[in-house]
Amino acid sequence: MKNKVLLLAMIVALAVAGERATRDWAWVTVHGAKSAENRRLAPDFSLTDVSRHKLTLSSYRGKVILLDFWATWCDPCREEIPRFVELQNKYRDRGLQIIGISMDDTPEPVRDFYRQFKMNYPVALGNAKIGELYGGVLGLPIAFLIDREGRIYSKHIGAIEISVLENEIKALL
Amino acid sequence: MNHSVVVRTPNLGSIKAMRKLVDRFRLMITAGLLVTSCAFTARAQQTGSSIPSDVLIQPEELVRIVQSAKGPKPLMLQVGSNVLYAQAHIPGSEYAGAAANESGRQQLRKRVENLPRNKPIVIYCGCCPWSHCPNVNPAYQELRGMGFTNVRVLYIANNFGADWVDKGFPIAKGE
Repeated sequence: MKNKVLLLAMIVALAVAGERATRDWAWVTVHGAKSAENRRLAPDFSLTDVSRHKLTLSSYRGKVILLDFWATWCDPCREEIPRFVELQNKYRDRGLQIIGISMDDTPEPVRDFYRQFKMNYPVALGNAKIGELYGGVLGLPIAFLIDREGRIYSKHIGAIEISVLENEIKALL
Repeated sequence: MNHSVVVRTPNLGSIKAMRKLVDRFRLMITAGLLVTSCAFTARAQQTGSSIPSDVLIQPEELVRIVQSAKGPKPLMLQVGSNVLYAQAHIPGSEYAGAAANESGRQQLRKRVENLPRNKPIVIYCGCCPWSHCPNVNPAYQELRGMGFTNVRVLYIANNFGADWVDKGFPIAKGE
Protein backbone atom coordinates (compact mmCIF):
# COMPACT_ATOMS: atom_id res chain seq x y z
CA MET A 1 0.00 0.00 0.00
CA LYS A 2 2.83 2.35 1.00
CA ASN A 3 4.59 1.56 -2.27
CA LYS A 4 1.47 2.32 -4.28
CA VAL A 5 1.11 5.73 -2.61
CA LEU A 6 4.78 6.41 -3.32
CA LEU A 7 4.33 5.36 -6.95
CA LEU A 8 1.33 7.66 -7.34
CA ALA A 9 3.19 10.56 -5.74
CA MET A 10 6.13 10.03 -8.08
CA ILE A 11 3.87 9.98 -11.14
CA VAL A 12 2.16 13.21 -10.11
CA ALA A 13 5.53 14.83 -9.34
CA LEU A 14 6.89 13.81 -12.74
CA ALA A 15 3.82 15.12 -14.52
CA VAL A 16 4.00 18.47 -12.70
CA ALA A 17 7.76 18.77 -13.32
CA GLY A 18 7.24 17.97 -17.01
CA GLU A 19 4.50 20.55 -17.33
CA ARG A 20 6.61 23.24 -15.65
CA ALA A 21 9.67 22.38 -17.75
CA THR A 22 7.78 22.77 -21.00
CA ARG A 23 6.02 26.04 -20.22
CA ASP A 24 6.65 28.20 -23.23
CA TRP A 25 5.31 31.53 -22.11
CA ALA A 26 7.45 34.19 -20.57
CA TRP A 27 6.71 37.44 -18.85
CA VAL A 28 8.00 40.94 -19.39
CA THR A 29 8.44 43.27 -16.44
CA VAL A 30 8.38 47.04 -16.81
CA HIS A 31 9.47 48.87 -13.68
CA GLY A 32 8.32 52.35 -12.76
CA ALA A 33 10.75 55.04 -11.61
CA LYS A 34 13.12 54.02 -8.81
CA SER A 35 12.19 56.96 -6.63
CA ALA A 36 8.65 56.62 -5.36
CA GLU A 37 7.65 60.23 -6.03
CA ASN A 38 8.45 59.88 -9.75
CA ARG A 39 6.26 56.83 -10.25
CA ARG A 40 3.02 57.18 -12.21
CA LEU A 41 -0.15 57.31 -10.11
CA ALA A 42 -2.33 54.24 -10.73
CA PRO A 43 -5.53 55.42 -12.43
CA ASP A 44 -8.47 55.22 -10.08
CA PHE A 45 -11.60 53.28 -10.97
CA SER A 46 -14.81 52.16 -9.41
CA LEU A 47 -16.49 48.85 -10.29
CA THR A 48 -18.87 46.36 -8.71
CA ASP A 49 -17.21 43.13 -7.62
CA VAL A 50 -18.59 39.60 -8.02
CA SER A 51 -20.06 39.80 -4.50
CA ARG A 52 -21.90 42.96 -5.64
CA HIS A 53 -19.85 45.29 -3.44
CA LYS A 54 -18.40 48.55 -4.68
CA LEU A 55 -14.72 48.20 -5.54
CA THR A 56 -12.80 51.48 -5.68
CA LEU A 57 -9.05 51.38 -6.10
CA SER A 58 -8.36 54.57 -4.12
CA SER A 59 -10.14 53.15 -1.07
CA TYR A 60 -7.16 50.78 -0.66
CA ARG A 61 -4.64 53.65 -0.46
CA GLY A 62 -2.04 52.81 2.21
CA LYS A 63 -1.86 49.16 1.16
CA VAL A 64 0.42 47.50 -1.36
CA ILE A 65 -1.87 46.46 -4.21
CA LEU A 66 -1.44 43.74 -6.79
CA LEU A 67 -3.89 44.57 -9.56
CA ASP A 68 -4.33 41.48 -11.73
CA PHE A 69 -6.03 41.56 -15.14
CA TRP A 70 -7.06 38.02 -16.02
CA ALA A 71 -9.83 35.86 -17.50
CA THR A 72 -11.32 32.50 -16.59
CA TRP A 73 -10.48 31.04 -20.02
CA CYS A 74 -6.82 32.13 -19.91
CA ASP A 75 -4.58 29.19 -18.93
CA PRO A 76 -1.59 31.13 -17.60
CA CYS A 77 -4.01 33.35 -15.61
CA ARG A 78 -5.75 30.33 -14.09
CA GLU A 79 -2.47 28.86 -12.97
CA GLU A 80 -1.54 32.06 -11.15
CA ILE A 81 -4.73 32.31 -9.11
CA PRO A 82 -3.99 29.65 -6.44
CA ARG A 83 -0.59 31.29 -5.88
CA PHE A 84 -2.21 34.70 -5.53
CA VAL A 85 -4.61 33.23 -2.97
CA GLU A 86 -1.57 31.99 -1.01
CA LEU A 87 0.13 35.38 -1.26
CA GLN A 88 -3.00 37.14 -0.04
CA ASN A 89 -3.15 34.85 2.99
CA LYS A 90 0.54 35.18 3.71
CA TYR A 91 0.84 38.97 3.49
CA ARG A 92 -2.63 40.26 4.31
CA ASP A 93 -1.63 41.33 7.83
CA ARG A 94 1.39 43.22 6.51
CA GLY A 95 -0.78 45.23 4.13
CA LEU A 96 -1.02 43.36 0.83
CA GLN A 97 -4.29 43.65 -1.08
CA ILE A 98 -4.78 41.74 -4.31
CA ILE A 99 -7.52 42.93 -6.67
CA GLY A 100 -8.61 40.90 -9.68
CA ILE A 101 -10.10 42.45 -12.80
CA SER A 102 -11.59 39.79 -15.03
CA MET A 103 -11.75 40.50 -18.75
CA ASP A 104 -14.44 37.87 -19.31
CA ASP A 105 -17.42 38.99 -21.36
CA THR A 106 -19.99 37.88 -18.78
CA PRO A 107 -19.98 37.57 -14.96
CA GLU A 108 -21.30 33.97 -14.62
CA PRO A 109 -18.03 32.09 -15.32
CA VAL A 110 -16.18 34.55 -13.07
CA ARG A 111 -18.54 33.90 -10.15
CA ASP A 112 -18.21 30.13 -10.65
CA PHE A 113 -14.43 30.37 -10.83
CA TYR A 114 -14.33 32.63 -7.76
CA ARG A 115 -16.19 30.02 -5.72
CA GLN A 116 -14.34 27.03 -7.16
CA PHE A 117 -10.88 28.47 -6.48
CA LYS A 118 -11.90 29.94 -3.10
CA MET A 119 -10.54 33.33 -4.10
CA ASN A 120 -9.91 35.48 -1.03
CA TYR A 121 -9.65 38.91 -2.65
CA PRO A 122 -12.12 41.10 -4.53
CA VAL A 123 -12.70 40.43 -8.22
CA ALA A 124 -14.69 42.65 -10.57
CA LEU A 125 -15.59 42.40 -14.23
CA GLY A 126 -13.47 44.81 -16.25
CA ASN A 127 -14.26 46.72 -19.40
CA ALA A 128 -12.50 48.43 -22.29
CA LYS A 129 -12.40 51.75 -20.43
CA ILE A 130 -10.38 50.40 -17.52
CA GLY A 131 -8.15 48.52 -19.97
CA GLU A 132 -7.38 51.77 -21.74
CA LEU A 133 -6.81 53.60 -18.45
CA TYR A 134 -4.00 51.13 -17.81
CA GLY A 135 -2.41 51.55 -21.23
CA GLY A 136 -4.39 48.80 -22.99
CA VAL A 137 -4.89 45.31 -21.66
CA LEU A 138 -4.38 43.52 -24.96
CA GLY A 139 -3.11 40.20 -23.74
CA LEU A 140 -3.49 38.32 -20.50
CA PRO A 141 -2.45 38.12 -17.76
CA ILE A 142 -1.16 41.60 -16.92
CA ALA A 143 -0.45 42.56 -13.32
CA PHE A 144 0.41 45.93 -11.81
CA LEU A 145 2.13 46.23 -8.45
CA ILE A 146 1.11 49.46 -6.75
CA ASP A 147 2.90 50.96 -3.74
CA ARG A 148 1.30 52.30 -0.56
CA GLU A 149 1.05 55.79 -2.08
CA GLY A 150 -0.97 54.48 -5.01
CA ARG A 151 1.86 54.67 -7.55
CA ILE A 152 2.74 51.99 -10.08
CA TYR A 153 5.90 50.18 -9.01
CA SER A 154 5.93 47.57 -11.79
CA LYS A 155 3.91 46.07 -14.62
CA HIS A 156 4.17 42.37 -15.46
CA ILE A 157 2.97 41.23 -18.86
CA GLY A 158 2.45 37.46 -18.95
CA ALA A 159 2.47 34.91 -16.14
CA ILE A 160 5.17 35.94 -13.71
CA GLU A 161 7.39 33.62 -11.68
CA ILE A 162 5.81 33.88 -8.26
CA SER A 163 9.10 34.17 -6.36
CA VAL A 164 10.01 37.28 -8.37
CA LEU A 165 6.66 38.84 -7.59
CA GLU A 166 6.89 37.89 -3.92
CA ASN A 167 10.29 39.59 -3.63
CA GLU A 168 8.85 42.79 -5.11
CA ILE A 169 5.89 42.64 -2.72
CA LYS A 170 8.20 42.16 0.27
CA ALA A 171 10.29 45.12 -0.84
CA LEU A 172 7.19 47.34 -0.83
CA LEU A 173 5.62 46.07 2.42
CA MET B 1 45.57 -24.53 12.10
CA ASN B 2 42.01 -23.65 11.45
CA HIS B 3 41.30 -21.73 8.34
CA SER B 4 37.97 -20.21 8.03
CA VAL B 5 37.15 -19.59 4.44
CA VAL B 6 34.23 -17.41 3.65
CA VAL B 7 32.89 -17.95 0.22
CA ARG B 8 30.70 -15.11 -0.87
CA THR B 9 28.02 -16.38 -3.15
CA PRO B 10 25.56 -14.05 -4.77
CA ASN B 11 22.54 -13.52 -2.57
CA LEU B 12 19.72 -14.46 -4.84
CA GLY B 13 17.20 -12.74 -2.60
CA SER B 14 18.87 -9.34 -2.89
CA ILE B 15 19.30 -9.66 -6.67
CA LYS B 16 15.59 -10.31 -7.00
CA ALA B 17 14.82 -7.32 -4.79
CA MET B 18 17.12 -5.13 -6.88
CA ARG B 19 15.46 -6.26 -10.11
CA LYS B 20 12.07 -5.55 -8.60
CA LEU B 21 13.22 -2.06 -7.65
CA VAL B 22 14.57 -1.36 -11.14
CA ASP B 23 11.32 -2.61 -12.70
CA ARG B 24 9.31 -0.41 -10.36
CA PHE B 25 11.45 2.63 -11.21
CA ARG B 26 11.00 1.95 -14.94
CA LEU B 27 7.27 1.73 -14.42
CA MET B 28 7.25 5.03 -12.55
CA ILE B 29 9.18 6.84 -15.31
CA THR B 30 6.96 5.38 -18.04
CA ALA B 31 3.75 6.24 -16.20
CA GLY B 32 4.99 9.76 -15.44
CA LEU B 33 5.91 10.38 -19.07
CA LEU B 34 2.58 8.97 -20.20
CA VAL B 35 0.59 11.23 -17.88
CA THR B 36 2.64 14.28 -18.92
CA SER B 37 2.32 13.49 -22.60
CA CYS B 38 -1.46 12.94 -22.31
CA ALA B 39 -1.84 16.27 -20.51
CA PHE B 40 0.07 18.11 -23.24
CA THR B 41 -1.75 16.38 -26.05
CA ALA B 42 -5.08 17.31 -24.48
CA ARG B 43 -4.01 20.93 -24.07
CA ALA B 44 -2.49 21.17 -27.56
CA GLN B 45 -5.73 19.90 -29.09
CA GLN B 46 -7.56 22.86 -27.63
CA THR B 47 -5.03 25.58 -28.46
CA GLY B 48 -3.45 27.19 -31.48
CA SER B 49 -0.65 24.60 -31.57
CA SER B 50 -2.81 22.03 -33.34
CA ILE B 51 -3.74 24.28 -36.28
CA PRO B 52 -1.96 23.20 -39.49
CA SER B 53 0.89 25.59 -40.28
CA ASP B 54 -0.17 26.02 -43.91
CA VAL B 55 -3.34 27.86 -42.88
CA LEU B 56 -1.52 30.36 -40.68
CA ILE B 57 -1.11 33.94 -41.84
CA GLN B 58 1.56 36.20 -40.39
CA PRO B 59 0.62 39.71 -39.15
CA GLU B 60 2.77 41.43 -41.82
CA GLU B 61 0.97 39.55 -44.61
CA LEU B 62 -2.46 40.43 -43.24
CA VAL B 63 -1.46 44.10 -42.91
CA ARG B 64 -0.55 44.10 -46.62
CA ILE B 65 -3.95 42.61 -47.49
CA VAL B 66 -5.83 45.06 -45.23
CA GLN B 67 -3.97 48.06 -46.64
CA SER B 68 -4.04 46.97 -50.27
CA ALA B 69 -6.47 48.81 -52.52
CA LYS B 70 -6.69 45.81 -54.82
CA GLY B 71 -8.73 42.67 -54.54
CA PRO B 72 -11.54 41.59 -52.25
CA LYS B 73 -10.82 41.57 -48.54
CA PRO B 74 -11.35 38.43 -46.50
CA LEU B 75 -13.97 38.40 -43.78
CA MET B 76 -11.95 39.00 -40.61
CA LEU B 77 -13.39 37.71 -37.35
CA GLN B 78 -12.06 38.21 -33.84
CA VAL B 79 -12.97 35.06 -31.93
CA GLY B 80 -11.67 36.03 -28.47
CA SER B 81 -12.65 38.50 -25.80
CA ASN B 82 -15.11 41.31 -26.48
CA VAL B 83 -13.36 43.52 -23.90
CA LEU B 84 -10.07 43.11 -25.75
CA TYR B 85 -11.82 43.71 -29.10
CA ALA B 86 -13.36 46.96 -27.81
CA GLN B 87 -9.91 48.25 -26.83
CA ALA B 88 -8.25 47.46 -30.16
CA HIS B 89 -8.98 45.32 -33.19
CA ILE B 90 -8.03 45.03 -36.85
CA PRO B 91 -9.96 47.65 -38.86
CA GLY B 92 -12.79 45.98 -40.72
CA SER B 93 -12.83 42.92 -38.49
CA GLU B 94 -15.92 41.89 -36.56
CA TYR B 95 -16.35 40.42 -33.12
CA ALA B 96 -17.69 36.87 -33.47
CA GLY B 97 -17.74 35.53 -29.90
CA ALA B 98 -15.17 33.76 -27.72
CA ALA B 99 -14.94 30.37 -29.43
CA ALA B 100 -13.73 28.62 -26.29
CA ASN B 101 -17.36 28.70 -25.14
CA GLU B 102 -20.38 27.13 -26.80
CA SER B 103 -22.19 30.49 -26.78
CA GLY B 104 -19.26 32.01 -28.68
CA ARG B 105 -19.23 29.21 -31.26
CA GLN B 106 -22.97 29.66 -31.69
CA GLN B 107 -22.40 33.36 -32.40
CA LEU B 108 -19.72 32.43 -34.93
CA ARG B 109 -21.98 29.87 -36.67
CA LYS B 110 -24.76 32.43 -36.90
CA ARG B 111 -22.42 34.99 -38.48
CA VAL B 112 -21.18 32.71 -41.24
CA GLU B 113 -24.05 30.28 -41.86
CA ASN B 114 -25.31 32.02 -44.99
CA LEU B 115 -21.90 32.61 -46.57
CA PRO B 116 -20.60 30.64 -49.55
CA ARG B 117 -18.31 27.90 -48.28
CA ASN B 118 -15.36 29.17 -50.33
CA LYS B 119 -15.53 32.64 -48.76
CA PRO B 120 -12.04 33.72 -47.61
CA ILE B 121 -12.13 34.08 -43.82
CA VAL B 122 -9.36 35.12 -41.43
CA ILE B 123 -9.86 34.46 -37.73
CA TYR B 124 -7.76 35.84 -34.91
CA CYS B 125 -7.67 36.22 -31.15
CA GLY B 126 -4.42 37.32 -29.45
CA CYS B 127 -5.64 36.97 -25.88
CA CYS B 128 -2.76 34.75 -24.80
CA PRO B 129 0.46 33.18 -26.09
CA TRP B 130 -0.26 31.10 -29.22
CA SER B 131 0.13 27.70 -27.61
CA HIS B 132 -2.32 28.70 -24.86
CA CYS B 133 -4.99 30.50 -26.86
CA PRO B 134 -8.24 28.65 -26.12
CA ASN B 135 -10.20 30.35 -28.89
CA VAL B 136 -8.53 30.05 -32.30
CA ASN B 137 -8.55 26.28 -32.64
CA PRO B 138 -12.21 25.77 -31.66
CA ALA B 139 -13.15 28.55 -34.12
CA TYR B 140 -11.03 26.99 -36.87
CA GLN B 141 -12.52 23.54 -36.26
CA GLU B 142 -16.04 24.98 -36.22
CA LEU B 143 -15.58 26.68 -39.58
CA ARG B 144 -13.93 23.62 -41.13
CA GLY B 145 -16.75 21.50 -39.78
CA MET B 146 -19.26 23.78 -41.48
CA GLY B 147 -17.49 23.18 -44.76
CA PHE B 148 -15.52 26.39 -45.16
CA THR B 149 -12.53 25.70 -47.36
CA ASN B 150 -10.69 29.01 -47.30
CA VAL B 151 -10.08 29.70 -43.61
CA ARG B 152 -6.82 31.18 -42.41
CA VAL B 153 -5.73 31.90 -38.86
CA LEU B 154 -3.67 34.92 -37.86
CA TYR B 155 -0.57 33.75 -36.02
CA ILE B 156 -0.13 35.89 -32.92
CA ALA B 157 2.86 34.61 -30.98
CA ASN B 158 2.40 36.46 -27.67
CA ASN B 159 -0.67 38.67 -27.66
CA PHE B 160 -2.47 41.23 -29.78
CA GLY B 161 -0.83 44.12 -27.91
CA ALA B 162 2.75 42.96 -28.43
CA ASP B 163 2.41 41.44 -31.91
CA TRP B 164 0.06 43.90 -33.57
CA VAL B 165 -0.56 47.17 -31.67
CA ASP B 166 3.04 47.72 -30.48
CA LYS B 167 4.29 47.12 -34.03
CA GLY B 168 2.29 50.09 -35.25
CA PHE B 169 -0.12 48.04 -37.37
CA PRO B 170 -3.52 49.66 -37.99
CA ILE B 171 -6.18 49.35 -35.32
CA ALA B 172 -9.72 50.44 -34.67
CA LYS B 173 -11.46 50.81 -31.34
CA GLY B 174 -14.98 50.33 -30.04
CA GLU B 175 -17.61 47.63 -30.04
